[in-house]
Amino acid sequence: MTNKQSAELQSTALRVREHIIRLSAGGGCFIGASLSCVEIMVYLYTHVIRRDAAHPHDPQRDYLFLSKGHDVPALYGTFVEMGWLAAERLSNHLSTQDSIYWHPNRHIPGVEFHSGSLGHLPAVAAGVALDCKLRGSQNRVVVITGDGELNEGSVWETLLVANAYGLDNLTVVVDRNQFQANIRTEELVPLEPLADKFRAFGCEVQRIDGHDYGQLKEAFDGAMRPGKGGSSIHGSGGKVKVIIADTVRGKGLPSIEARADRWFCAFSGDEVLQLLEELHGNKEAAIESETLVVR
Amino acid sequence: MTYEELLTETALKDERIIVMTAENRALVRNIPTVLGARFVDTGITEQTMVGMAAGLALRGRVPIVHALAPFLTMRAFEFIRTDVGIAGLPVKLSGYIPGFLSDGNGPTHQSIEDVAIMRGIPGMKVYSPANEDDLVKMLPSIWASPSPAYVRINHKKGVYAHTPYQPGKAEVVAEGKDLTLLVYGFLFDNARQAVALLEKEGFSVGLVNMRSLKPVDEEAIVRAARGSGLLVTIEDHLQTGGLYSIVAEVLLRHRIGAAEVLPLALNERWFRPGLLGQVLETEGFTPEKIAERINSHLYAK
Repeated sequence: MTNKQSAELQSTALRVREHIIRLSAGGGCFIGASLSCVEIMVYLYTHVIRRDAAHPHDPQRDYLFLSKGHDVPALYGTFVEMGWLAAERLSNHLSTQDSIYWHPNRHIPGVEFHSGSLGHLPAVAAGVALDCKLRGSQNRVVVITGDGELNEGSVWETLLVANAYGLDNLTVVVDRNQFQANIRTEELVPLEPLADKFRAFGCEVQRIDGHDYGQLKEAFDGAMRPGKGGSSIHGSGGKVKVIIADTVRGKGLPSIEARADRWFCAFSGDEVLQLLEELHGNKEAAIESETLVVR
Repeated sequence: MTYEELLTETALKDERIIVMTAENRALVRNIPTVLGARFVDTGITEQTMVGMAAGLALRGRVPIVHALAPFLTMRAFEFIRTDVGIAGLPVKLSGYIPGFLSDGNGPTHQSIEDVAIMRGIPGMKVYSPANEDDLVKMLPSIWASPSPAYVRINHKKGVYAHTPYQPGKAEVVAEGKDLTLLVYGFLFDNARQAVALLEKEGFSVGLVNMRSLKPVDEEAIVRAARGSGLLVTIEDHLQTGGLYSIVAEVLLRHRIGAAEVLPLALNERWFRPGLLGQVLETEGFTPEKIAERINSHLYAK
């Protein structure tokens, strides 16, 4: 990746983070888990996912499913930067007159499927990947999950089945930000050694720094290369790809980075201005708003 | 007293109680330090949590389990029905942010069929308190009972001072000749304010806080049906399987075929997500909107 490409990606990510911070005002949003996956989301939509906004239902498109739906601010922020969603619509956040709320809605162009209940979209993505295989088409299917989300048994059932059907056109990206809602994953239901677990379930695993575009490029170049084409149970199909992206919850805002109590945040207008300053490397924000505990 | 204070007090007095959560700690923030090993957080694993609760109950424990209402009642539904229901174990289900209380979360988080599916399980009891005061008045007998139970947790502060709870009984706030509002849960207070608005229009209006949806207070429903020209069921639930259905079942059972019932519920749709106040406005459940909808029904006759 050239320095110029990398600089462009970085400035896009910065603008996405600005959108996320603004969405944390008023009714609030899941800010930490949104900030952790910005680079993943920006890289996927700008460099990996083949999707023509003019033909959103093209059956040959690549699919990106957001299973950890609570990071929808990162998704919509990226959509704004891609030119798919008018920036003004973000100010309709939590209005019953629009479809922009705490989890993704399919009425927003670009959203392939709704989510919010964890552990659903790996299975939905596997269904789409299976049909692509059955039709012999070359679409790639990516699903982003959280790490806390890996608690749900349905994720692991999907891996068993997807590997049984040789769905090597399916890539699972884990936003490994180390947190469940209000507690570190390793302090509650430990996930490590995580790569070993995915390998034991039959997957091809890479582990990268999820904020490093060079590593994201290398990982997706590897994961998205054409598969064997075939699909058959216990047969010739390849393996499901897994990219464990190590990230920092709240990335970009030192005052909330990797803090268990910064899960769902509803900041005041003044705090939002301070956080925007902090994002740009100026003074660290002094936050007084209490954190709500909801999932 | 808050939900958490009551839970702490009850659990400290009764060694059988195990407090569980599928990583939703909103209602039990301080419980881990107080209860130690009798607090179990299984992570985001609703099915496993309910299965484990059944296992703990088999050993004589009374698990009080927590999760967001939709994931508790639907993700773990078959575990509740099969492991808790068939065995008739005293597992107590506390569903957080039911109905409209999920405000801006969207349809994935809307628990608006919970009353229907939970009451369909043989032996399962179903409760929906009007506010925190009502909640802490109802819970002691619910937790002390040997039955499995589902509670639509509502810890919003209310202004109404509720009467003591009698198991299985509704709270009849007022009786009215023209109409009676039958309501449960969070919408109680809005219904109460709607009564005042309707009285200003000159109607004689009754109000019943249902409290227990299963068993339901049949006598209160029958009395209201016989004493009022119109029953209005008000619920943040799908029209199918909730209070409207319950009332219909009771009226049929008592052969009160002539009663007129107006349902205010969600008819075959999820509600528009948004901040709670706006949700109530959009869906027609503010006191003014409730009164308006009832008024236009009455004047249309």
